[in-house]
Amino acid sequence: MSVLAYIESSKGKVKKNAFEIVSYSSELAKKLDTDLVALVLNCNDISELSKYGASKILKVTSSELENFNAKSYANIIAQAAKISNSNHIVLSSSLDTKYLAPLLSIELDAGYLSNVVELPSSLSPFTVKRTSFTNKAFSDSTIDSEFKIIGLSSNAFGLLENNVESSVEDFNPSLIEEKITIKSTEKISGKISIADADIVVSAGRGLKGPENWNIIEELAETLGAATACSKPVSDMGWRPHSEHVGQTGKPVATNLYIAIGISGAIQHLAGINSSKIKVVINNDPEAPFFKAADYGVVGDAFDVVPRLTEKLKAFKA
Amino acid sequence: MKILVCISHVPDTTSKINFTDENTVFDSQGVQYVINPNDEFGLTRAMWFKEKQSAIIEVINVGGVSTEPTLRKALAIGADKAIRIDSEPIDGLFVAKEIAEHIKSNNYDLIIAGRESIDYNGGMVPGLIAGLLQINFITNCTKLDIENNTATIEREIDGGKEILSCSLPLIIGGQKGLVEESDLRIPNMRGIMQARQKPLEVIPPSNSNSKTKSIKFYKPEPRKEVKLISSDNLDQLIDLLHNEAKVL
Ligand SMILES: Cc1cc2nc3c(=O)[nH]c(=O)nc-3n(C[C@H](O)[C@H](O)[C@H](O)COP(=O)(O)OP(=O)(O)OC[C@H]3O[C@@H](n4cnc5c(N)ncnc54)[C@H](O)[C@@H]3O)c2cc1C
Repeated sequence: MSVLAYIESSKGKVKKNAFEIVSYSSELAKKLDTDLVALVLNCNDISELSKYGASKILKVTSSELENFNAKSYANIIAQAAKISNSNHIVLSSSLDTKYLAPLLSIELDAGYLSNVVELPSSLSPFTVKRTSFTNKAFSDSTIDSEFKIIGLSSNAFGLLENNVESSVEDFNPSLIEEKITIKSTEKISGKISIADADIVVSAGRGLKGPENWNIIEELAETLGAATACSKPVSDMGWRPHSEHVGQTGKPVATNLYIAIGISGAIQHLAGINSSKIKVVINNDPEAPFFKAADYGVVGDAFDVVPRLTEKLKAFKA
Repeated sequence: MKILVCISHVPDTTSKINFTDENTVFDSQGVQYVINPNDEFGLTRAMWFKEKQSAIIEVINVGGVSTEPTLRKALAIGADKAIRIDSEPIDGLFVAKEIAEHIKSNNYDLIIAGRESIDYNGGMVPGLIAGLLQINFITNCTKLDIENNTATIEREIDGGKEILSCSLPLIIGGQKGLVEESDLRIPNMRGIMQARQKPLEVIPPSNSNSKTKSIKFYKPEPRKEVKLISSDNLDQLIDLLHNEAKVL
């Protein structure tokens, strides 16, 4: 019996979320009194995984797996679970991994819980806490099957250093036929995605128009943050849909969420609630967002934001 | 083309979330229910296929009788037939198995579900159905076109998008982008009248099993008061973020 952690990579490097997945999985393995096996696909630079407890690494290298394909990837994870004798599989909450998780759960006949935020509170029945009602509530949920898949919510567990010696083993899974063709992939280059960001700078209708986003982008750039927006802003086409966060948009679970000119409607808050620290900049002291924030500045965005950016530049320098 | 749209019946986005029976069940008292927003984008895209490509649309829900007004709304928007599998769902797998059983005995070219429901947020029903039936599956779909039995799809990926194509039958997890917010339809009187005449078939469950259970719910801890910082003293904000919150 072991715990299998599936590690995502991009361009030969492990993705940032890998360290949290390994940290969680390593603690889970300790709880279960078993070992951790980390599975990596097409990734050369794996040295950092040992910092967080990946004592055994299964390494798959195949040019045919260059592009993400949910079905093939799920199939490989299932094979890895079987050869490593893993009953518990830990996955991230990235879009790709959430895509493959249900396929994997059918392959392994496993129970799958997404949006898990803690280590199990009980092993029998296997019980974990997860978010539900789009962050308006939590539930304790059980998995009753022999194979268990745990989808960990981003930034819910954090990093835990645990230096180990890693042994690396090559793994050559059999490959299945792919039926879905990728015609093109477009990544917005030079920009941090909301999923990868530690800090998100988000703005709403208070910005008055798309031409004013330069102050938002400059603040984001200064902080190394991703940019996001409220729903009406993307509905009006001021910003791309991919920036829409909230209950019907993207969830945001970052360390710092800065909301500028956003009123704080319940649907917006639902999506961003699991961010750790929230800062609100709004000229209306009655804006509901202040009730959900840690820090607030009552003021005009066009005055406050450029000054904040200048001060942050000085602070960072 | 025959399309099945999976409809999740969920609390309206403004709902206050409460629980009863010692926090084991969602308290539906005073809660307005709606078509899950991600499913509504899919249903609206299905209407485009109906109007432009003569598709037939069926909608399906796994749930008790209380979900029927939501199915009627889908009929009023324009679906041709509704199916309710008469059972209280236990988990996503249970729902997926019930719907998969129905699909096996009815040939659909395209199955549209939402990328996730806004109540339990499992984000797994379409993928589980795809796994059970071994059909093509693409989620986070923001565009969908079908020509000559081939689907072309835009999928949101972290930090970008991807264009994919595959043959039917296909199941998708849809979201905003499939249609725009402004394309969503509010049923008119005629639609509502017609919906009353349309078939709403209630079928017994095939008694699927489940593998997970929500045993207890709770609400987040109340927040502490916000710390207000004067706009003349932004240095203090930076200091608090750095030294107190430790996020800078
Ligand atoms: C089914 C449904 C789903 C929804 N899902 C989402 C969702 O996922 N995400 C989402 O965001 N919304 C969602 N909404 C919309 C939500 O209800 C709100 O309408 C929306 O969040 C408001 O956006 P906003 O805060 O940008 O705009 P507004 O509510 O117009 O707020 C603008 C704010 O800017 C402030 N402001 C104005 N000028 C300035 C200035 N110069 N400086 C500083 N502040 C200023 C104002 O005081 C105000 O608080 C949903 C709604 C529905 C019905």
